[in-house]
Amino acid sequence: MNSLTEMKRRPTDWQGAAMQKRIARRYAAERRFKAIGMGAIILSAGFLAFLLIVMVGNGFRGFTQTELPLEIDFPAATGGVSSSQFEGPDANSNLQSMGLREIVDSSIDLQYGEAGNDLFSPGGWTTVNAMILADPKIVEQKATIYLPVVSEIDVAYKDVGNPEAEKRVSEFSGQFSTGFNWNFLSNSDATDPMQVGIWGAFKGSLITMIVTLLLAFPVGVFAALYLEEYAPKNRLTDLIEVSINNLAAVPSIIFGLLGLAVFLNFFGMPRSGALVGGLTLALMTMPVIVISGRNAVKAVPPSIREAALGIGASPLQVVFHHVLPLALPGILTGTIIGMARALGETAPLLMIGMRAFIATPPSGITDPATVLPVQIFLWSDEVDRGFVEKTSAAIIVLLLFLLTMNALAIYLRNRFETRW
Amino acid sequence: MKYEEMQESSESVNMTDSTTTDTTGETSAPKMTASHVDVFYGDKQAIKDVSIDVNMDSVTAFIGPSGCGKSTFLRCMNRMNDTIPIARVTGDIMLEGEDIYAASMDVVQLRARVGMVFQKPNPFPKSIYDNIAYGPRIHGLATGKDELDHIVESSLQRAGLWGEVKDRLQDSGTALSGGQQQRLCIARAIAVDPEVILMDEPCSALDPIATAKIEELIHELRGRYAIVIVTHNMQQAARVSQKTAFFHLGTLVEYGETTDIFTNPREEKTRDYITGRYG
Amino acid sequence: MTSTTLLFLVAGLGLVAWFFGRLKAAGLQKNGKSARSVLHSLPSYHGWYVALWAIVPATIFMLLWSFISPALITDAALTSPAAAQLPEGGFARAAILSEARAIAYGNQVNAFNPLSQAMVNPYRDAISYYQMIGVVSALLMVFAFGAYAWLKIKPDLRARTKIERVTMLVLLLASLIAIVTTVGIFLSLVFESARFFSMVSPIDFLFGTEWNPKAVAGPRGETGFGAIPLFWGTVFIGAIIAMIVAIPLGLMSAIYLTQYAPAKFRAWMKPILEVLAGVPTVVYGYFAALTVAPALRDFAVSIGITSASSESALAAGVVMGIMIIPFVSSMADDSIAAVPSAMRDGSLAMGATQSETIKKVLIPAALPGVVGGVLLAVSRAIGETMIVVMAAGLAANMTANPFSSVTTVTTQIVQLLTGDQEFDSPKTLAAFALGLVLFIVTLLLNLIALRVVKKYREAYE
Repeated sequence: MNSLTEMKRRPTDWQGAAMQKRIARRYAAERRFKAIGMGAIILSAGFLAFLLIVMVGNGFRGFTQTELPLEIDFPAATGGVSSSQFEGPDANSNLQSMGLREIVDSSIDLQYGEAGNDLFSPGGWTTVNAMILADPKIVEQKATIYLPVVSEIDVAYKDVGNPEAEKRVSEFSGQFSTGFNWNFLSNSDATDPMQVGIWGAFKGSLITMIVTLLLAFPVGVFAALYLEEYAPKNRLTDLIEVSINNLAAVPSIIFGLLGLAVFLNFFGMPRSGALVGGLTLALMTMPVIVISGRNAVKAVPPSIREAALGIGASPLQVVFHHVLPLALPGILTGTIIGMARALGETAPLLMIGMRAFIATPPSGITDPATVLPVQIFLWSDEVDRGFVEKTSAAIIVLLLFLLTMNALAIYLRNRFETRW
Repeated sequence: MKYEEMQESSESVNMTDSTTTDTTGETSAPKMTASHVDVFYGDKQAIKDVSIDVNMDSVTAFIGPSGCGKSTFLRCMNRMNDTIPIARVTGDIMLEGEDIYAASMDVVQLRARVGMVFQKPNPFPKSIYDNIAYGPRIHGLATGKDELDHIVESSLQRAGLWGEVKDRLQDSGTALSGGQQQRLCIARAIAVDPEVILMDEPCSALDPIATAKIEELIHELRGRYAIVIVTHNMQQAARVSQKTAFFHLGTLVEYGETTDIFTNPREEKTRDYITGRYG
Repeated sequence: MTSTTLLFLVAGLGLVAWFFGRLKAAGLQKNGKSARSVLHSLPSYHGWYVALWAIVPATIFMLLWSFISPALITDAALTSPAAAQLPEGGFARAAILSEARAIAYGNQVNAFNPLSQAMVNPYRDAISYYQMIGVVSALLMVFAFGAYAWLKIKPDLRARTKIERVTMLVLLLASLIAIVTTVGIFLSLVFESARFFSMVSPIDFLFGTEWNPKAVAGPRGETGFGAIPLFWGTVFIGAIIAMIVAIPLGLMSAIYLTQYAPAKFRAWMKPILEVLAGVPTVVYGYFAALTVAPALRDFAVSIGITSASSESALAAGVVMGIMIIPFVSSMADDSIAAVPSAMRDGSLAMGATQSETIKKVLIPAALPGVVGGVLLAVSRAIGETMIVVMAAGLAANMTANPFSSVTTVTTQIVQLLTGDQEFDSPKTLAAFALGLVLFIVTLLLNLIALRVVKKYREAYE
């Protein structure tokens, strides 16, 4: 052993064939490793691209509807009504008493025969209703109106439908036209995929988010300020910190169980309402705001606090006059990200009954409501194939909102991020 | 028995090219030569036209005020500046007549031949044994466990650490004291059998006793390796080096025998620095 | 007068109080002779002082009143002659009362029970009587306390200190909401679970292998509440399949982005990967059910697995894995970034290639952080609901075949709570027991992960 350690090592032969081969192998491994890394990124981004392509591919058709022309001879059908009836506040009730639905049905019979009523979406007359309200003059003439076809034919025309519908499509080929589906933006849930819209769910989301923001933002900011600026080092503070970190990682469905057990069953708040939904989501969002808020407050340099304290500001004035304004962009960024997460949340809202069939948009925080993600979930369960494109279209709308919010957060971060 | 086997195997490798292996005792030709080296970080020039020779038989010290470029220049000598994307090097740096920035020069081999010890001891969070064995393993310098054991032992011995750690080779390298860690890092550099060892302020994070040990170690390693040491401590330069280069604002002000630089500098600036006017 | 309008009224009065308080303080200041302010605090603090005195006691009273008054109202209504006709006790009585109450409050238009209709008027009277008491007392309190505070305004009143004390209390209360929520979650889960375990033995629940919940026990006393298949399904999808997808992809993405990618590529790619984390889970669920699951089934059938179902563990797991990628990637990113660059330099200076440095130095050094991140990712995956609800199915199979359908804890919670069950049914309560298990497991995973990560961070500080 001793002789071994005394031995002088021969200098390494770097140019030797064996060493050169080894180097080449090491570089090959290096290239392989790098390629695997690149592959992982491409794969991940590819998944995202694939998902978006599928959603957009399915969804863009949800914004259009297949229509057939219908000629309605209003003077003949109504026996001649004056357009003035349909102006002013009584317009709607006058229209209802006119029996517009029957007029449309008989016009369909007249033009397309007995089987014609299988062609048009049963809710098509509402389109006529809206047109008359917009322009009452048409009731005094013969008008050709494009009305949405039934869902089966809509699917068959846009894509591949059932054989029966395909047959009818070829029967009337050339007469179809495609229009923008305004109903999708202005209607609420319905049983007929041609008549469904996201307005009700959108309004529900909006009200729920307002409740969430009003509750989570002040509480989150206050808690962040307390923990970062005033909290003494003691057990209670530790407990608060542990709770917040823990809440940030609790599965969202657990918040739903909390909402069900506490808000609905214990406090007896109205089921399915935006109030309980907003409360539940606020509890979920609050830790996100606290954590980002604390980071933003922490980033404000101590020198600013010292400067303010030095000229005799009270600890509270230091925080509310100096620290909070400087930390606000960071807090807002975190808030937007938290709100975006809440906007996309589904599971806890299922627990508190926000999965009802909501055909009329909610008008207050206690009205039964649903939200966009839940609406997507409900539509995804529908058997009717017409719902596939509506589901994807609703997803596109939801993703657009989320992207906008995230972009806003990134913009805020970049615009106001100060490096001290 | 094992010894002979090993000698045979290493000889069989050595037969292919014996000229480059004959490095000891050669005093005439410089080991590394830098001529007209400029270094840029983006638009900023960090090194201006530096030419210097590093000899095998002497320790070369780079001194100068902080920010003078001595560390930057040192990092050019084994191309550690490659890890900084905006750094750009022009001019020639030769290792035994080969341009180290030439396309044909392999940076991985270069760094094995030109080792480096950093300012702060940076042992890997592995065992002492694995720290030393890391280099030989990646370069394939050992053919078996026994040879690897031997390399580890001899490297630790040369670094003067063997006695302190031989009973706890499996302990984590980060559990050693600061001075021991730095010697571990030197042993780690020795283990790949480099020709040049670059030391970037190796004692600046250590206490005086640990510093003395490192300096002693540098003395012992002289002759076996060409050693370049960057230091901001002039006494240290005077103690350990035979040649000294004084850098100022990215230029090489003066380069010569250490005794000359410290007793009889040619340049005004050097004198001012050495007498403590600035720095 | 509804409680909302009352609230606004009180807030409005608070504003008035603020003005009066400020006005008086400003007047005091003007009367002072010296150049230095004679007031201890700025006038606006005095304003706040009066406003808080005016609002807070009244608001607290209104809150209490809204809890007390329903009972008082019911008592009053029951003393009416109409109440004499009510059936004695029991469910019918409660139903009539609640119907009458709903009509009286205007939440319901018509009564189904004529007795309820008779009770409406006594109810209305009682409601308006007690409401009036509430409103009058609240307003009296606003004025009384406001006036009290206003009278107390003197130059040496330490209004600012008092306001700051109140503000600090508000900040503390806001922080305490986190604890209240945590305790609320825990208590509500424990409470409902206890009711469940009084009907179904915890041992049957935790170790039973048959999941087929029935409202009533079967002939041999079996209840079908054996949750093992659910636990297996959850682990299979969330901790196995999803992690097989997410760990290599997330880790390698992080390594490439931090170690190899040019700055520009990284600047673009990182946000793109983060978008993956921002996509709502319901969208992933729909994607899994609509696209991935059928594709995987067709693939399975084409390679000869005819038993493949259209809802498969694999589809849910893979999509969940994709969702987790950015999470794993950012955790790995942080951990690798926390390894001191001296390590990297040390290895490169030895002549190691970049991949050797990564594999042999950086990853081992970052391992605790990466492991902590993976634990957090697992905790998130097993708590994920929508993907499994939409793509994993409801069949409680104990199978390791990824092409067959399995069910998970979260799926069953949704399933159990969205039927038409009464709240006391063991089926409904089982959801809370499942929730409790989920809560405890995720809590433990998070605590362990945070501890591991913290220890690791400390090692390099």
